[in-house]
Amino acid sequence: MTEVPSSEFRVPRRHFRTARFDFASFFFSGLTGLATLLILAILAVILLNILINGWPGLSWHFVSTIPKKDFFDLETTGVLPMIVGTAVRVFVMTIFVIPVGVITAIYLTEYAPSSALFTRVIRAAVNNLAGVPSIVFGLFGLGFFINFLGKNLDALLRNPAPVWGQPALLWASLTLAVMTLPVVIVATEESLRAIPQGLREASLALGATKLETILKVVLPQALPGILTGGILAVSRAAGEVAPILFTGVAYYMASLPHKLSDQFMDLGYHVFVLSTQSPNIEQTRPILYATVLVLLLLTFALNFVAVLIRARVRKKLRGLG
Amino acid sequence: MPHRHSTGNRSVGWMGLQRGHRARPLEWLAEKFIFLVSLSAILVVFLIFLFVAREALPIFLGQMDSAPVQAVVPVAQMDKLSPARLREYLGLTEKQFAEMDRETRQSLMEVKLEAQAEIPAAFRHDPDARLNTTEWKHLLRPRQWTGYDKPEFIWQPVGQIHKYNLIPLFVGSLKTTLVGLIFAVPLAVAAAIYVSQLARPRVREVLKPAIEMLAGIPSVVVGFFALLIMATVLQNIFGYETRLNAFVAGIALGFAVIPVVFSIAEDALTSVPQNYTQAALALGASRWQTAWQVVLPAALPGVFAAVVLGFGRAIGETMIVLMVCSASVMSWSIFDSARSITTTIAAEMAEAVAGGPHYRILFALGAILFAITFVSNLVADVVMHRLKHRLEGKR
Repeated sequence: MTEVPSSEFRVPRRHFRTARFDFASFFFSGLTGLATLLILAILAVILLNILINGWPGLSWHFVSTIPKKDFFDLETTGVLPMIVGTAVRVFVMTIFVIPVGVITAIYLTEYAPSSALFTRVIRAAVNNLAGVPSIVFGLFGLGFFINFLGKNLDALLRNPAPVWGQPALLWASLTLAVMTLPVVIVATEESLRAIPQGLREASLALGATKLETILKVVLPQALPGILTGGILAVSRAAGEVAPILFTGVAYYMASLPHKLSDQFMDLGYHVFVLSTQSPNIEQTRPILYATVLVLLLLTFALNFVAVLIRARVRKKLRGLG
Repeated sequence: MPHRHSTGNRSVGWMGLQRGHRARPLEWLAEKFIFLVSLSAILVVFLIFLFVAREALPIFLGQMDSAPVQAVVPVAQMDKLSPARLREYLGLTEKQFAEMDRETRQSLMEVKLEAQAEIPAAFRHDPDARLNTTEWKHLLRPRQWTGYDKPEFIWQPVGQIHKYNLIPLFVGSLKTTLVGLIFAVPLAVAAAIYVSQLARPRVREVLKPAIEMLAGIPSVVVGFFALLIMATVLQNIFGYETRLNAFVAGIALGFAVIPVVFSIAEDALTSVPQNYTQAALALGASRWQTAWQVVLPAALPGVFAAVVLGFGRAIGETMIVLMVCSASVMSWSIFDSARSITTTIAAEMAEAVAGGPHYRILFALGAILFAITFVSNLVADVVMHRLKHRLEGKR
C-alpha cells in the first residue's frame, strides 16, 4: 500500500531534475552568452584603444587650428576645418531631411490606410533606401546633383565657370539627406505609434480637425522621437565618407567653407587620408588617433543620447502593446 | 429654436462642406501636401536607379569604344560618311554634334588623325590595341593579353590598354563578404538568442543598446582600427604572408555586419508571441530548449532576413575594404589581397574622365551593386512581412 504512492511520487520528481540539470541547455546557453560577451569585448577594445591612444594628442590647440598644407606634423596640425566642414554639411542636411522625413512618417501613421498596397510600396521603398550602399548614394550625388542639376543650373544662370556643376557643400549635404531619410522616417514613425490612440480620439471628439489634432496633440508628444531620429541621422551622416567622396569633400582647403558652393574638409575623410596617404605612419599615429577620437566623440556622444531616448520610447511602446 | 437654427447654419460651412475631417479646404490641401511629400522615398529610389543607370547605359548597350587604335578616316572623305557615322566616329553627343559647324568637325577629324599618327608603330601592331575592352565579352571572360602566357581575368584601368575585366572585383567582393558573414552571423544570432530569450529583463535592457552601439562606430574608424591594430594581431595569430588581405577586411566587415544582423534577428525573436514560450516552459522544457526548439523555428524567416540584410550591408561597405586592402588580384584565397566592387568605385572615380569608358564602367558597377542590394532588400522585406503576418495571425 505504501509503495504505490511513493513510486508515483518519484516520477515527476525525476522529471524536474532532468529539466533543471540538462547539460546541453547549460552548455548552449553559456555559448550564446559568450557570443554576446565577445561582441561587447570587441566594442570595448575598439573604444578603449582609441580613447587611450588618442587622449594624449587631444588639446585645445589641436581642435582649434587650421593646418598648413602639411598636416602630418603633430606640432602644427589641427582639425578645425574638418570639424567645421563635418558640422556644416550635417547641419545643412538636417534642414532638408527632417521636414521630409517627419511628414512622410506622419502620412504613414496618420493618413495611410495601413493595409493598402500603396502604403506597402512606400514602406518597401523606405526599407530599400536604408539598404542602398553608401557608395551608390555617392554615385547618385555625382550623376544627379552635380552632373544633372548642377550643370543645368550653371547653364541656366549663364555662369562662365562651373559653380554648381562641380562638387559642393550643398550637393554633399543633399546626398546625405537622401541617405538618412529612412533613419528619420523610422524613428518618427516609432514615436508616433507610441502615442495612445485615445489621445487622438479625445482631441477629435472635442471638435478639432485631423490636422489640428496632428499639429497640436500628436506632434508635441512625438517630439522626443523626432529628436532621436534627427540625432541618429546626424550621427550616421557625420561618420559617413563614401557618399561625399565625389560630391564635395576636399583633400585640402586653406580656408573654412563659407558658401554652399564651396568644397570642404571632413573629419572622416581626414582619417582616411591620414591612415592611407601618410609618408610615415609611425610619426602620424598620434595625430591619427587624436583625429579618430574627435570623430568618435562627435558621433558617439550623439548616438549614445539617441539610443537612450529610443530605449525609453520602445519601453513605452511595449507597455502599451 | 433660434439657437438650434444657428448651429445648423454653422455646420454647413464654406461651399456647403460638412464639418468633419475633410470639412475645410485647408485640411484637404494639407492632406494632399503630406501625401505628396511622402512619395519622396519612392521618388528617390526611382531617381537613384535612373541616374546611376543613365551614366552606365552606354556600357550595358555596348555603345562605348575604348580601343586606343582606331581605323582612321582621311579628312577628304568627310562627306562620304553619313552624319550619324561621323558623329559616332568623333565620339560626340547628338547635341554637341548639332551645335558644331563644318569647320569644327573638320578640325576635330584632323586632331584625331594626328593623335592616331602619334601612336608608336610597335603598339599599333599589337592586336590588343584594336580591341574594344568594354565589350561584355571582355568584361566577363578571360583573355590572353599580349605578353601573357595564358588567358587571365585582369582589371587594370591604367596604361595603354585599359583592361576592364569585372570578375576579379566580383570575386573580391564575394571573398570579403563571405568571410564577414561567416564571422558575424553565428555571433550575432547567438547574441540575439541570448538577449531576447535567456537574459534577464534588466540585463537585456543594457545589452541591446550596447550591442547596437557597434553600429554607431563610423566605418572609417573600423577601417582604421583594422589597418593599424587588427591586421598585425591577426597576422601574428594565423601567420600568413600578406599583412593586409581579404581575411582582415572580412573580419572588419563583420564588425559592421554584427549590429545589423543582431538588431533584426532580435526583433524577429522578440516578436514571437509569449504564449509559445509559456506553453513550452509549462511542458517542462528548459529556457534553452524553448529558445532553440520553439522560438527560433518560429522566427527563422526573420533570422534569414537578418542574414540577407547583413549580406547587403557587407557587399555595400566601402571604407573598411578600401582602407584594408586594395590590390586587384584574381585569387580565390582569402589570404590574398582583394579589391571589391565598392572599393574600385571609391578609389578610381577621381581619376576617371567624365563620360569616358572607365567612368561609365564604374557607374555600371554601381548599378550592378544597386541591383544586388535592391533584390536582397526586397527578399528580406517580403520574408519579414510574411513572418509578421503569420505570427500575428496565429495569435
